[in-house]
Amino acid sequence: MTSLAPSTAKKLGLVIDLDICVGCHACAVACKEWNDGGEFGPLPDADPYGAEPLGVWFNRVHSYEVEPTQKNQPAMTVHFPRSCLHCETPDCVTVCPTGASYKRAEDGIVLVDEDKCIGCKLCSWACPYGAREYSEVRGVMQKCTLCVDRIYNESFEEVDRQPACVMACPTRARHFGDLGDPDSTVSKLVAERGGYDLMPEMGYKPVNKYLPPRPRRDGCGSTPKPTSDEKTDFSTASPLLRWIDKVLSR
Amino acid sequence: MRPAFSVIFFTVMSGCGYGLLFLLGAVFVSDPLLIARNEALLALAIGAVFVVVGLLSSTLHLGQPQRAWRAFSQWRTSWLSREGVASLASFVPMLALAWCLWRGADESLLRALGALLALLAAITIVCTAGIYTSLKTIPAWHNPYVLPGYLLLGLLGGACWSLLIGGWAGTAQARPALVVAFAIACVVLKRAYWRHIDSEAPTSTPESATGLGRFGRVRSVEAPHTEENYLTQEMGFVLARQHAARLRTICLVLIGAVPIVAAAAVPELPGWSAVLACIAAFAATAGLFVERWLFFAQAKHVVMLYYGGTRPQNP
Repeated sequence: MTSLAPSTAKKLGLVIDLDICVGCHACAVACKEWNDGGEFGPLPDADPYGAEPLGVWFNRVHSYEVEPTQKNQPAMTVHFPRSCLHCETPDCVTVCPTGASYKRAEDGIVLVDEDKCIGCKLCSWACPYGAREYSEVRGVMQKCTLCVDRIYNESFEEVDRQPACVMACPTRARHFGDLGDPDSTVSKLVAERGGYDLMPEMGYKPVNKYLPPRPRRDGCGSTPKPTSDEKTDFSTASPLLRWIDKVLSR
Repeated sequence: MRPAFSVIFFTVMSGCGYGLLFLLGAVFVSDPLLIARNEALLALAIGAVFVVVGLLSSTLHLGQPQRAWRAFSQWRTSWLSREGVASLASFVPMLALAWCLWRGADESLLRALGALLALLAAITIVCTAGIYTSLKTIPAWHNPYVLPGYLLLGLLGGACWSLLIGGWAGTAQARPALVVAFAIACVVLKRAYWRHIDSEAPTSTPESATGLGRFGRVRSVEAPHTEENYLTQEMGFVLARQHAARLRTICLVLIGAVPIVAAAAVPELPGWSAVLACIAAFAATAGLFVERWLFFAQAKHVVMLYYGGTRPQNP
């Protein structure tokens, strides 16, 4: 049923640290790799080895330049992974005519039942974050599952019960946990670093949070002084150096 | 937004069909003796054909059309589902009215069925508009001009086709005023709608989309992928502004000027009423296709902010 539960106690989601993301796309590749063989997969591409490959990815990494609008602010390059934010009040679920889209009451994960989806694409129109991509090959909508087939998977060691993107991140810019529990590691991280919502004006209350880049250190980002190419004064240097200077200056 | 032909065809045809059925229902409510049996049956048949053709076309848009029956289940939250339910329900008074007209029935029954038909036709158009107005992600659709637009344009289509049916039945002289009135209302509303979408300040920006506005102005330097993806194909459709202006003029001529002149000439040239009605109906329908194409092609989706695609020209 596409009616939303009033609120879910558990709010599983991701915290993404824009301060340390290096834009390597490892999360996106690991996501595609896992989910292609995962419970909701496959993620087939149209024309995979041709001139214009086209296929579903649950995670896309953008790069932005931030041009300062105030003095003494450095310009920044920010790498920005974008995926489903598992919103608390998502329209992508309520617009679904078939009930294929749903938000789990037990942990807040937003999923698509691909056996019920008719591929009308309306949910992708309703999402401002571009989290849903339509599979031309399968004729259904696909989206991030928060690796629901990993995080509860008892055949894995406990440390491996994390989404594939979090496991793959070489800089640990991605964190997974319960954002509904104020004492969880991720909630504390959000509180400490001022984690924020994307497009809060849309009113969908994203669960996933983004951590802003930290303030740059003094001098970082300011223009370095040009190295001097004036003549060095050797008059007080040792005789050997004066002789070398004389030879080289010839 | 990508103007998918199946969706444009569906909304135009079902809009015209339900507009026609609404007007027919309204005639039965006011006085069942106002319209000849054969003319009413023809109007019912044309309305039903438009609706059925539209619904079939809409399934071409689906990735899994064989599961389309599932779309009737989520009417509690989904306008698309409500549209499906309302549209299916409208076939009950449609078929009942046809049966009663065929076999003959008393006036009060015809009146009641006409009222039900008009009501369900109006509800279906409201649900169609609801699909678009409910999308906060597309400001060109999420505004108060869209619902009256769908209703009035549907009524204009219906009035033009009823004029054509009247031309065939020899009663076209009775209804040209309706076409003129709806055409004027549509032109006024579309102009107001276009002025609104051209001048509306965007609620979301690349800065709010990334949350990086506190550090400065955000500009995309590298997209996540070198080729197109579903998002850029579906939501990144951009229509050149100069083409839009020309198409808007064409649209206003086809839904406004042509039907107004043709319909106004019907009482003056009774011998030509069938031809004039034909011109009005086909011009208005063609104009509705242009209008619906623009409705998609000029609608921008906020997700393109992530791709640096839709920043307003004058910051």
